[in-house]
Amino acid sequence: MKPLQVQHLFFIDTLVCRYLLNIQFLITTHIQKRKTGAAQVLMLFIISWNCLAAVEYRKFEDPQKVQTYHHLISELRCLVCQNQTIADSNADLAKDLRRQVYEMLQQGKSQQEIIAFMTQRYGDFVLYNPPFKAKTGLLWLGPVLFLVTGLVIVVFLARRSKAPADETSDTEQQALKARAKKLLDNGDRS
Amino acid sequence: MLKYIIPLILFIVMAGFLAMGLKLDPREIPSPLIDKPAPDFALPVLTRPERTLSKTDLAGKVWLLNVWASWCVSCRQEHPVLNQLAQQHVTTIVGLNYKDDPTAAKQWLGQLGNPYNVSVMDQEGRTGIDYGVYGVPETFVIDKKGMIRYKHTGPVSIEDVQQIFLPLIARLQAEA
Repeated sequence: MKPLQVQHLFFIDTLVCRYLLNIQFLITTHIQKRKTGAAQVLMLFIISWNCLAAVEYRKFEDPQKVQTYHHLISELRCLVCQNQTIADSNADLAKDLRRQVYEMLQQGKSQQEIIAFMTQRYGDFVLYNPPFKAKTGLLWLGPVLFLVTGLVIVVFLARRSKAPADETSDTEQQALKARAKKLLDNGDRS
Repeated sequence: MLKYIIPLILFIVMAGFLAMGLKLDPREIPSPLIDKPAPDFALPVLTRPERTLSKTDLAGKVWLLNVWASWCVSCRQEHPVLNQLAQQHVTTIVGLNYKDDPTAAKQWLGQLGNPYNVSVMDQEGRTGIDYGVYGVPETFVIDKKGMIRYKHTGPVSIEDVQQIFLPLIARLQAEA
């Protein structure tokens, strides 16, 4: 069976891979004690083989670069599977972009230079944390705008529901007070 | 009365936004490369790998760069449209054979016809990154000065050719 076909059957994401590798480990340790279906184990083996193939080994001399690498790949969006970062995605383009980031870091490029490289080609959309500009203004200010509108509506409604009670207070409350005073002074004789 | 009108207005506004959202295509990402110089490349020609084609070879021409691959399903859908466009001889069509196997690519062209004046191989996808390619097929229109003037993501349809590509190509051909 070709690994590609397995990939079609199971949507393999790095996280899923990690789980599958764990399951495989559990089962293989378990199988030494008891008999489990050989086909199941074989299947898991094939799947996790695929996972192993997906793991990339990156060599860095500088530990600072490792951090920058992981930071960058979790900041850049995979444009094929738009809700994943290139760190999470197994799409071909994500692999190429990870390779690109790695190579540029090895060439001594800074984080800013790599981000500039990506946005020149793919636009701000490639960034999970886009810069504040006229174009992205609504994106950044939208939530604040909604919050303010919500607060205004709440205040408006709260005032309106309180308003009728306030209106009665001025005249009626005095009348009530006068009546109460009269009752206290005279008792309930009248 | 107001009690009923306000929710109604809110509903209409929301429905309007949602309807707009339905029409937007999230795959259509505006390219920052429009009206910028097309990135340089020097890549081996598919049919004669010992030869390379670079961007400078195309200077002074209006040309299309069509990103395609034999593994790309929607390229198959687009292919007859490109064949038809090629027959009109209005523009040079360069194929960027993206991350493909050369044998499979040649076989594909043999079976379905070859609309490209020339196809170059980008096996590692590096030129693809330079052009901001994220979904094959993609088509770029490049003017005589080597500037990218238009980008189309996804398969080009006959309507796109009639309404967008042909008028744009005619306009660019008329430019000095």
